[in-house]
Amino acid sequence: MVKRLLLASLLGLSASTCTDQRSHTQAVYMLIDTSGTYAQEVGKAQRIINYLLGTLQSGDSLAVARVKTRSFSEKDIIAKVTFDSRPSQANAQKRAFKDKIDAFVKSVAGSAYTDITGGLIQGGMFLNETGAGRKTILIFSDMQEELDKVTVRDFPINLKDIRVVALNVVKLKTDNIDPRRYMGRLEAWQKRIERAGASEWILINDIEHLDRMLQS
Amino acid sequence: MSNQFWMIWPGNAVASALILFAIAMPFLYAARKLVHNLLRSVGHMIGGPLRLGARWLFATARDMKERNKVVLLAHGREEVGQHIEREFERIGALVTRDLEGYPALQRKLLEEITRVEEDYKKCGEVPPPPPEWVEAVTAIAKVKSEGGNEMVQRILEEIKRSVHSIHDKALADYRRAYESRHKILNGFMPFWRSLDKTFGQVDKKLTGLHDTSSKIDAQMEKYEQINKKTDKTEHALTVSAFTQFAISTLVLLIAVGGALVNFKLIALPFSEMVGAGDYLTSTLRMSDVAALVIIFLEATMGLFVMETLRITHLFPLIANMNDRMRRRMLWTAVVFLFVFAGIEAALALMRDMLASDKQALVRSLASAQVGPPDPLLRLIPTTAQMLLGFFLPFALAFVAVPLESFVYSLRTVGGAFVVMLIRATAFVLRVLGNFIRQLCRVLIGVYDITIVLPLLIERLVRATRSEGDASESRPVKRAA
Repeated sequence: MVKRLLLASLLGLSASTCTDQRSHTQAVYMLIDTSGTYAQEVGKAQRIINYLLGTLQSGDSLAVARVKTRSFSEKDIIAKVTFDSRPSQANAQKRAFKDKIDAFVKSVAGSAYTDITGGLIQGGMFLNETGAGRKTILIFSDMQEELDKVTVRDFPINLKDIRVVALNVVKLKTDNIDPRRYMGRLEAWQKRIERAGASEWILINDIEHLDRMLQS
Repeated sequence: MSNQFWMIWPGNAVASALILFAIAMPFLYAARKLVHNLLRSVGHMIGGPLRLGARWLFATARDMKERNKVVLLAHGREEVGQHIEREFERIGALVTRDLEGYPALQRKLLEEITRVEEDYKKCGEVPPPPPEWVEAVTAIAKVKSEGGNEMVQRILEEIKRSVHSIHDKALADYRRAYESRHKILNGFMPFWRSLDKTFGQVDKKLTGLHDTSSKIDAQMEKYEQINKKTDKTEHALTVSAFTQFAISTLVLLIAVGGALVNFKLIALPFSEMVGAGDYLTSTLRMSDVAALVIIFLEATMGLFVMETLRITHLFPLIANMNDRMRRRMLWTAVVFLFVFAGIEAALALMRDMLASDKQALVRSLASAQVGPPDPLLRLIPTTAQMLLGFFLPFALAFVAVPLESFVYSLRTVGGAFVVMLIRATAFVLRVLGNFIRQLCRVLIGVYDITIVLPLLIERLVRATRSEGDASESRPVKRAA
């Protein structure tokens, strides 16, 4: 009887030795709007990054990029990391990442224009390269895109299987005059993101809700 | 509108249904026998196999119960046999230990008895009797001394004086003799005490022997009852198995709790060793599996230790090994257990360090300025974790004992449960079979109710015909 039980458990174990090939890691790409008055909100962004550093696990990836006049560039990535599978190494990487962000926060300067689309394209490319199971772009911005005359962004973009989260979308002065502008802006972005093939569009203005979203 | 195609009287469903029913009634009457046969056949077709199945299941349950009984009695016999064997071993050891010293004890007893006898004899010695000349003195004393014979008077006086001195001497001798006898009797005391103690020891040993033999008698009685295969014994063994099952399950659950604590201690450091990114299933990390494997290995080593010590008997192969081989295996398992315990203690320390590092990181991320913790407060959990890590593998080793009870009692409990399940299924099948047959009968009745009008007509016609036949046949009878 015991022999049979042992044999069954061994067979069960050998049957399940084929490891799960799906990726269980998650990758987060965070865009920080540094244009105009929104640059003052960077302190909040820093807290969110710290929260992400505390939440993400070994094997996960995190990148933080700024949104400025033209954001479709690797140079706009402030820091990026894929955490080591060993927790001790991952902790060291998190400390180094935090130092980079702290330095960025101290030296941040406002930009004239806001190229959110360029940042999204760059973020999508980065996330697809990581091969993570769950991919998320966090946009820390008022979602008011302003492009110069030369920059071209009015074409369909690809954000397939990526979850896009708009964070801290503050109301502009004009939004206060006519709230429909705010609603219309968000609606337009939602449509654009969904057309791009994103798995989800989420708006989080209360940072407390970010925790629930990341765990889902 | 399409739902009303059947309505002969459009818009009046009741009237349409009645008309249709009236039209259908002759056909239903015509098909009466066929429908009855069909319903009966359906009843037999479904109810028959169900009843057959129920009967087969009842028979299977009976067979299984018999088989369970055989297994239960065999297991009980084996258990009682082992018990008796152990009691005999105990008696053997007792007899060897106690009777080995029995010749010395006997010699001591004999010596003490001899000495006591000698002393007793010495006590029995009396002082020598008065000398024979006492009789001569008595004769002289009877000589008549009338007339005041001085000679006789003087002789008698002399004799009196001699007798007095002899009497004093004899009295002194008596006193001395009694004194020496009292001394001898006083010297008896240690021997009596020693004798009493020796006899007490003998009594104690014999009582122990008697107790053990009483236990053997009780076990033998049980063994005989098992051999007789009485229902009472079966019931007692089943109850015992259920109790064992409950107790062993409880202990195993406690052990599982211990294993979980153990797992918590080593899972995090294992992610440092094998990485935290690989998954076996969608929720099971490789590092968790590795930690579980280590815990299972520890439990297995513990199992081997218990097997080689012959505390458990799950593997007959180990029990049948020669003593040398068994001892080697025992030491190998013990060494492995120590190695695992050492590894776990180190992993527990590592876990503590990793947890501290993580805590420091979280603090720095939260920008909270918290002072360093008290070194003593840090030391206590670290030490406790290391000690737990070291001792839990040894504690897990004892899981083998309840595991054996669980495995053996599971056969009985599982068997009883399966028999109960089969019986319940058989009962349900039987009820279902009967229900279907009765349902078909009810349907036949309901069918006849629907065609009650043609049936009444049929009865009337038959009655009329039978009356006509009777009137025709009466004159014939009379003629006859």
